[in-house]
Amino acid sequence: MAAPLVRIEGLTVAFDGAPAVRGVDLAVHPGEAVGIVGESGSGKSVTWLAALRLLPAKAAVAGRVLLDGRDLLALPLPEVEAVRGGRIGMIFQDPASALNPVLRIRRQLGEVLARHRGLSGAAIAAEARRLLDLVGIPDAARRLDSYPHEMSGGQNQRVMIAMAIAGQPDLLVADEPTTALDVTIQAQILDLLAALRRELGMALVLISHDLGVVAETCDRVAVMYAGRVVEMGPAEPLFDAPRHPYTRGLLDALPTLDAAERLVAIPGVVPDPRAMPPGCAFAPRCAHAAPVCLGAEPALRATLPGRWSACARPDLDLAAPPPRPPATPAPAAEAVA
Amino acid sequence: MLRYLAVRAFRAAVTIALVVTFAFVVLRMSGDPAILIMGPEVPPEALAAFRRAWGLDQPIWVQYVRYFGAILNGDLGMSMRDNRPAIEMVAERIPATLALTVPALVLKLAVGIPLGVWAALHQGTGFDRAVMVAAVFGFAIPSFVLALVLVLVFSVDLGWLPSGGQGTVAHMILPVLTLGLGGAAALARFTRSAMLEVLGRPYIRTASAKGLPWAAVVRGHALPNAAIPTVTLVGFLVGSLIAGAVVVESVFSWPGVGRMLVVAVASRDLAIVQCILLLVAATMVTSNLVVDVLYGVLDPRLRHGARAAA
Repeated sequence: MAAPLVRIEGLTVAFDGAPAVRGVDLAVHPGEAVGIVGESGSGKSVTWLAALRLLPAKAAVAGRVLLDGRDLLALPLPEVEAVRGGRIGMIFQDPASALNPVLRIRRQLGEVLARHRGLSGAAIAAEARRLLDLVGIPDAARRLDSYPHEMSGGQNQRVMIAMAIAGQPDLLVADEPTTALDVTIQAQILDLLAALRRELGMALVLISHDLGVVAETCDRVAVMYAGRVVEMGPAEPLFDAPRHPYTRGLLDALPTLDAAERLVAIPGVVPDPRAMPPGCAFAPRCAHAAPVCLGAEPALRATLPGRWSACARPDLDLAAPPPRPPATPAPAAEAVA
Repeated sequence: MLRYLAVRAFRAAVTIALVVTFAFVVLRMSGDPAILIMGPEVPPEALAAFRRAWGLDQPIWVQYVRYFGAILNGDLGMSMRDNRPAIEMVAERIPATLALTVPALVLKLAVGIPLGVWAALHQGTGFDRAVMVAAVFGFAIPSFVLALVLVLVFSVDLGWLPSGGQGTVAHMILPVLTLGLGGAAALARFTRSAMLEVLGRPYIRTASAKGLPWAAVVRGHALPNAAIPTVTLVGFLVGSLIAGAVVVESVFSWPGVGRMLVVAVASRDLAIVQCILLLVAATMVTSNLVVDVLYGVLDPRLRHGARAAA
């Protein structure tokens, strides 16, 4: 495989001493779509905000984020600012609050074109119109003079996407891009992202808690739990035959249209980052937890070609849903509380 | 927009009418101008004649109707002490007051807003904490205390500046400082919190994610949003240009509207008091009206409130 476009190495992030990301290694290759899934608080968004140095100053970030062999975490800020929106674009969860309420779309889109493409005057207006057309906003010329509150959530997210691709980035990071939108609009936005990726040949990182969204859009998936990647591999085999009990749990918690099938929620909650359980962070909630899980935290290891899993019991049979968790909490679960 | 303005203007008129009515009632219930102006040892016939001359012997509602009718005709009454039109006497004092309050307003804006913005941008640093401590002091110390401290230091101890009176620029420095520092402190605190609120918004992160340098994010994205709440306070400061110096004018024996108000209240010179209160209410209400219009200019979400999102 070609050299990766972006390689994250040993990334850790802590807020006031509470670890949010605990050693993430991840590579994104040119043109590929990588999904990052996990519950809220798993560190999936923080990983990418940290990579672009968009976290507040109180976040303690360590590790390396390599782009063309340069470490974004060590570069002078002006060089990172040239990467943001230029090499790596980013869009966020709630487009209504991610756009500036007092500025027209023309201005918000135009400043990216001026910054990264060196355009000015009429060239900005023409390119801004083309971009709005490209992301499927009807009547683009008129929309340039609109304010965000005059458009729907889906249209605002399209504007966000137009802004993020305006600098012709090699990678678009989409952080929960459909979570705040209606279901019907979600599909349109995902289709748009997939189409733009094909047309523009850019790589896509899709951060989502929604496995369905990721499965549809991505080539490769990294599953995150409690600030680490616990499983990684090509999307289809990973979802068909997960190698980590947490991935299995996420799949079992997916609602289906079959009413007879009961949803199996993962018991318990994500551990408090200030009081991580010993050994595997998932062990207190894991139906397969065994004494070996309470030892050292399992590392991410290759299981099959292209597949990686961080489970202390790599030989588990996860083809079927797990047995019901025991009625009495395991000792490890008490350690969480 | 016109409709919005018409509604606001109507409300403004009602506010002024309420202030005028309230002042009228309170002043007439709280002391007899005849005794206060003529003196207690004047014979009763003289007092009665005074009351008759000024219409004070009429029932209060008759006085009120007459007074209100006169206002609507632009007649704000005559001073009972000087027998001159109240409006004329008050107007003579306005320049002196503005000579203090306008420089003080400039000081408030020039110091308060930059300090607040700077403190917000350096939240948690020593500079931020120093500004906030200074702001709490400036905010909490009553202006007469600050005025006396300044007089003690700069007039009594150092002998640099006069402790009162009018005439030279040197006379203006201490009263302007007294007025300006408190307002600057309030404005710094308010601007800082407005700025912090805006800096935490997702669109600031978006602007950074677009690759804009931090200075451009602050200038182009944070400041226009932080200006919206700050304008409210600035409007209030502008509204108090006429009446904001009552205490300071008294301390520094500055012959402005504020000191005139204190004297007129003490002697129950009704027309003067009412004329000043009307003027104060009108400036405050007008500046609020301007703020409302400015909101519409600064915040497009308010500009056409009725137009729903497409």
